[in-house]
Amino acid sequence: MVANPLICTLRLMANNPLIRVVSILNFVFIAAHVVYSAILTKQNKSARPVGYAVANGASNSPWASRNMGLLGTILLLFILVHLRGFWYEVKFGEMPMVTYEESGTIKDVYTIVAASYENVGYALFYVVCMGFLAFHLSHGFSSAFQTLGLNHVKYSPVIKKVGYAITILIPTLFAAIPVVMYIQSLS
Amino acid sequence: MDPLKTIKSEAVSADMSFLEMLDVLNEELSEKGEDPVHFDHDCREGICGMCSLHINGKPHGPQQTTTCQLHMRSFKDGDTITIEPWRAKAFPVMKDLVVDRSAFDRIIQAGGYVSVNTGGVPDANEIPIPKKIADEAFDAATCIGCGACVAACKNASAMLFTSAKISQLALLPQGQVERKERAEKMIAQMDAEGFGACTNTGACSAECPKGISLTNIARMNREYFSAVVSSNNV
Repeated sequence: MVANPLICTLRLMANNPLIRVVSILNFVFIAAHVVYSAILTKQNKSARPVGYAVANGASNSPWASRNMGLLGTILLLFILVHLRGFWYEVKFGEMPMVTYEESGTIKDVYTIVAASYENVGYALFYVVCMGFLAFHLSHGFSSAFQTLGLNHVKYSPVIKKVGYAITILIPTLFAAIPVVMYIQSLS
Repeated sequence: MDPLKTIKSEAVSADMSFLEMLDVLNEELSEKGEDPVHFDHDCREGICGMCSLHINGKPHGPQQTTTCQLHMRSFKDGDTITIEPWRAKAFPVMKDLVVDRSAFDRIIQAGGYVSVNTGGVPDANEIPIPKKIADEAFDAATCIGCGACVAACKNASAMLFTSAKISQLALLPQGQVERKERAEKMIAQMDAEGFGACTNTGACSAECPKGISLTNIARMNREYFSAVVSSNNV
């Protein structure tokens, strides 16, 4: 087998201790985000014990901004399904092994990912969830800066634009993986 | 929730203000010997912040004004208009459409003022303030405390109101003495009253009859963070 630069890069990433630190911090922050949001949502709901008979929220605020709790809950379910499907299998499941010249015998994650995305329902689930992620980010990114008080005539428009870019780029690129792999599985 | 009651009025003209319509409706009810609909109002010039109706799902109705500046020409002939009181735990309903907004007064009492020592009358323009800063402080000071922000917010949050009052004083030299304590005390009072927190939907600012901006909330958050880490209150 010829030396494959992609595999070399991935191997380098898997062995990099920084990646491990980032992934652990990512888990910690997601858990903190979920717990803190749940507490705040409960408080916020209790601030209006009697609701309106008629409420026209659509006239004054974007849908995503009013439904971050719903979007977040869907994304939490997505993360759990994702972790069960891949992370759990890699860590604790029976994995097929593959041997590369560059890196020796390693767990063959590619095969189980490819096998999962052959299922059109599974691939579609990922694409739809990335749509929810886009809505979550569309409000969440700039909202985080506002909450931290980071509002400034010079930087706020830039933050807004970066937020839109992230909203489109990250979910699109992640959704592209199941789409491409499903199409590949057809041939 | 109190059940909605449908009342029919035949005497509504397009030229009436919304509150005049309620006055006429109440006269009709009184003539029939029925209890009139209770609602808050005072100046009817859009400056006192007393009128407070949630009309067809929006605070102060379909236009970004106070209810007293809304006219019946904004509605169609034969429309059924749903009128509700502000709904928030911190604004208990007194009767019909009247709510108790003294929670706002208590937030102001907690620190929304500048202490002035007695003495000689200071000269006008003794303290120079740049026009830009003065304008910004004045924009925040246009808040009339009507509570539409709380009514519009899905979390019944009072952060637009409180931030306008904190900003108005934090921006001016006169407000510097009590700046940190003010942010801490007013926010503590706001939380104690049972208002929700801000999730940055922007509904408050969109519905505010005075167009108070969300930048005030960001400023209040900055004021709060810096006060918490640097004030002398333990």
